[in-house]
Amino acid sequence: MEKEKNHSRPVEESDVKDNSRRDFLKKSALMTAVALTPVAAAKAAELHIDERIAGAFEKMPLNVEINGVAHNLMVEPRSTLLDILREQLDLTGTKKGCDLGQCGACTVHVDGHRVNSCLTLGIMVNGKKVTTIEGLAKGNQLHPMQEAFLKHDGFQCGYCTPGQIMSAVACVREGHANSEHEIREYMSGNICRCGAYPNIVNAIQEVKEGGMAI
Amino acid sequence: MNKRTLNHPKSTTGTSRVDGRLKVTGGAKYAAEFNVKGLAYGVLVGATIAKGSIRSIDSKKAENAPGVLAVISHLNCPKIPGYAAEPAKAPIKIFYDDKVLYNGHAVALLIADTFERAQYAASLIKVEYNAQKHITSLKDNLGSAVAPPSDAEFKKGNPDAWQSAPFKVEQEYILPSEVHNPMELHAIVARWDAPDKLTVWDKTQGVKDTQSNLARIFGIPVENVQVHSKYVGGAFGSALQVWQHEVAAIIGAKVVKRPVKLMLTRADMFTSVGYRPLTWQKIGIGAAADGKLVGISHWATGQTSTYEDFAESPADVSRQLYACANLYTNNKILSLDVGSPIWMRGPGYATGTFALESAMDELSYQLNIDPVELRLINYAETDPETGKPYSGKSLREAYKMGAENIGWHSRPKKPGSMTEDGWLVGYGMSTGMFQADREPATVKATMNDDGSLILQTAVSDIGPGTATPMVLIASETMGIPIENIRFDLGDSAYPNAPQQGGSTIVSSVGSAVYLACIALKEKFQQLIGNGGTDKPDYAAVLKQHNLVKLEVVTDSKAGTEVDKYVMYSWSVHFIKVLVNPLTGVVKVDKATCVADSGRIISPKTARSQIIGGAIMGIGMALMEETVIDHRYGKVMNASFGDYHVPVQADIPQIEALFVNEPDLNINPLGAKGMGEISLIGMAAAVANAVYNATGKRVTELPITPDKLVGWGELS
Ligand code: FES
Ligand code: FES
Repeated sequence: MEKEKNHSRPVEESDVKDNSRRDFLKKSALMTAVALTPVAAAKAAELHIDERIAGAFEKMPLNVEINGVAHNLMVEPRSTLLDILREQLDLTGTKKGCDLGQCGACTVHVDGHRVNSCLTLGIMVNGKKVTTIEGLAKGNQLHPMQEAFLKHDGFQCGYCTPGQIMSAVACVREGHANSEHEIREYMSGNICRCGAYPNIVNAIQEVKEGGMAI
Repeated sequence: MNKRTLNHPKSTTGTSRVDGRLKVTGGAKYAAEFNVKGLAYGVLVGATIAKGSIRSIDSKKAENAPGVLAVISHLNCPKIPGYAAEPAKAPIKIFYDDKVLYNGHAVALLIADTFERAQYAASLIKVEYNAQKHITSLKDNLGSAVAPPSDAEFKKGNPDAWQSAPFKVEQEYILPSEVHNPMELHAIVARWDAPDKLTVWDKTQGVKDTQSNLARIFGIPVENVQVHSKYVGGAFGSALQVWQHEVAAIIGAKVVKRPVKLMLTRADMFTSVGYRPLTWQKIGIGAAADGKLVGISHWATGQTSTYEDFAESPADVSRQLYACANLYTNNKILSLDVGSPIWMRGPGYATGTFALESAMDELSYQLNIDPVELRLINYAETDPETGKPYSGKSLREAYKMGAENIGWHSRPKKPGSMTEDGWLVGYGMSTGMFQADREPATVKATMNDDGSLILQTAVSDIGPGTATPMVLIASETMGIPIENIRFDLGDSAYPNAPQQGGSTIVSSVGSAVYLACIALKEKFQQLIGNGGTDKPDYAAVLKQHNLVKLEVVTDSKAGTEVDKYVMYSWSVHFIKVLVNPLTGVVKVDKATCVADSGRIISPKTARSQIIGGAIMGIGMALMEETVIDHRYGKVMNASFGDYHVPVQADIPQIEALFVNEPDLNINPLGAKGMGEISLIGMAAAVANAVYNATGKRVTELPITPDKLVGWGELS
């Protein structure tokens, strides 16, 4: 059951190509000028003439590399990177804790920098590389930060943890892990309601002092 | 591991969480993460008035928006069979009638094929109301409070004795409403597998409890409801009951004939899944010159909703903590036009202890007796309420360990007399206590011929890491490595276990695991015959006897010891604060928490639980407060931007210490709970430290800078 994907919503462009709505658009080339106006699209939707056509008008291409895998997606411009990851790609390791940029649970790396994926529209990462918690380990070999979180018990419920770990890796890379005090400041965007803060600091210090390239 | 290591573990001490790997790789799946086939998305619309009725709902625009599958409200909601039999005071019956009971009460559910479409279309629903005059202020209506049905006042000796004592404190306290705010938003995925068969992936602290409640509400057999809740991203009490959004998603799934996912917003978390109730308290406490308490009287009034009588009896702690001949407690509740509260970490005790332990601190300065000494003078050797013996109590040892660890001897005797780098320095302490219950639990233990042991029980884990101590108990009892043991939980198909609440799991389920392992070993002994080893090579024995597995199902519950003893876990918190004399900012500089909670089974997870509770206690002391604008009866700070919880920069290293004295009168393991006591007392310890630093006694939490600046000695 965990593996089951939702096939009701086309996400990959390859899927879309096979979709009749594309065919419809091709065949009605002469009507394109009319049909492509947002008003017409909205009208089509309102009248339930063909909901899938309306849906296609509302989407834009998104070409993005996620955890080393290239994805060519069609997404609504209003979809956040967080919702695309969780709801369309089933990459549920990235968590939603507020959807407002106030908790850090959704932290991912975009081109190596930490960002709140709930504050990032999907189309903003077009052409970029995204790393999520699922892409941090090398196969079975955990990333040193994941190992350190395990060793120091840097979590309890685990819900803030993917965000904490992504943030922690970036914190070290940025050069912001030189003291306990500095780590606390630069990790304050990631809330942990279970209160694992001191253990998280210990984990980050260990990785930093280990001096490994991360 | 020697006792000393267990007394004061480091973050690396002990076995790492057995389910940790899934949590650090993103592999652990929480309720909203089950993207089952054909999923649709639900978004709730909350009422914008605090009391009245719905005049009209215009959902035409929403229904015509792309992807919308249904809009459900009281106007079209299918009949929910269980609602007819609900008692007069009961959780909200969603979409039941046109009544609005509080600001945020869900009045409509919109379902669409994607989350974005659902969210947008829900914003198009227009609801009009007939508003009535609402009452949401506790402070303005204290006079209307009543005794809750469950709780009468308690009297021992003379309730007024404290008044005639030579040294006395009379003080009022306000504890604001706090919200659990687990990081995981409450969520459910609901799927009907047949007209009378339901599967949910739900955030709950008790899969069995959710199962039976959903069966009752929807009028279907219990065995037709499957509840999955393997990983829960924190809860702290907020997932102890079935809430309106869960029922809504299940109705929605029925209406659209598709599975429905519904995840609350962070703002919903402030209105829809309970909170710790705003509580007013008063203490009268008196002592003789030698510090012996003469009398304690404690009054408390907490808020509840108009539709439920929620009472957490905060005053009770004052008849349980100290040896005193004259005791009086009086708990009341006040119905307001707000949503219902629910148990939150350390329910009742966290609130009551803030008042009692603040009063004890104040008394200690009057008496000029060290606060720790004053507690030892009034140390209860037997339960003050019933006179019964304790099952186990090593609180004296806990005071000693904590005082030593924090350097209590450096505490300034005179408030406001010590500084460090221009900051005022203060030390404070407090005691905490919480009942140590043991609930019935059943465990199925299966030994397979590959040498693996599978343990199954329907407990949830909201974060403490239940599986780890369970596996450690089984490993020790069976004599096999932890790698060979799997602990399955969070599924209603497993044998019965209590809700994860009230710090009972290691005591209840841990005992069941232990007894199941003993029973399993006996079965092996019967197979081997007399004289065999107590811990044989289980796989070899099975193969010898041509068996693929051997299994037992073992029930476990408390016995007659509950009549003989009173049972508590205890904690002591010592705090050092720094207070900026100019800005009034309070920084917790050091915190030492000592738990007297019986035998420590899993030092790494135990330590984290103590630290986590302590941090939530620092939040309670310094920042957490739900603010209602009484003109609208609406929560005004329903986000992490406005409702502050502790972040990294607020928290120092925290020392977790354990007395680690097994309490074998309560269960065969000698282990007691610690989830509640980790928080209980923290707020008083911080407040007492702030007094020691500044001479300012703050009796209304949280201790924000505005309450400290402007006070004479500070400026
Ligand atoms: S979910 Fe993105 S910051 Fe909270
Ligand atoms: S581990 Fe639960 S919120 Fe951080």
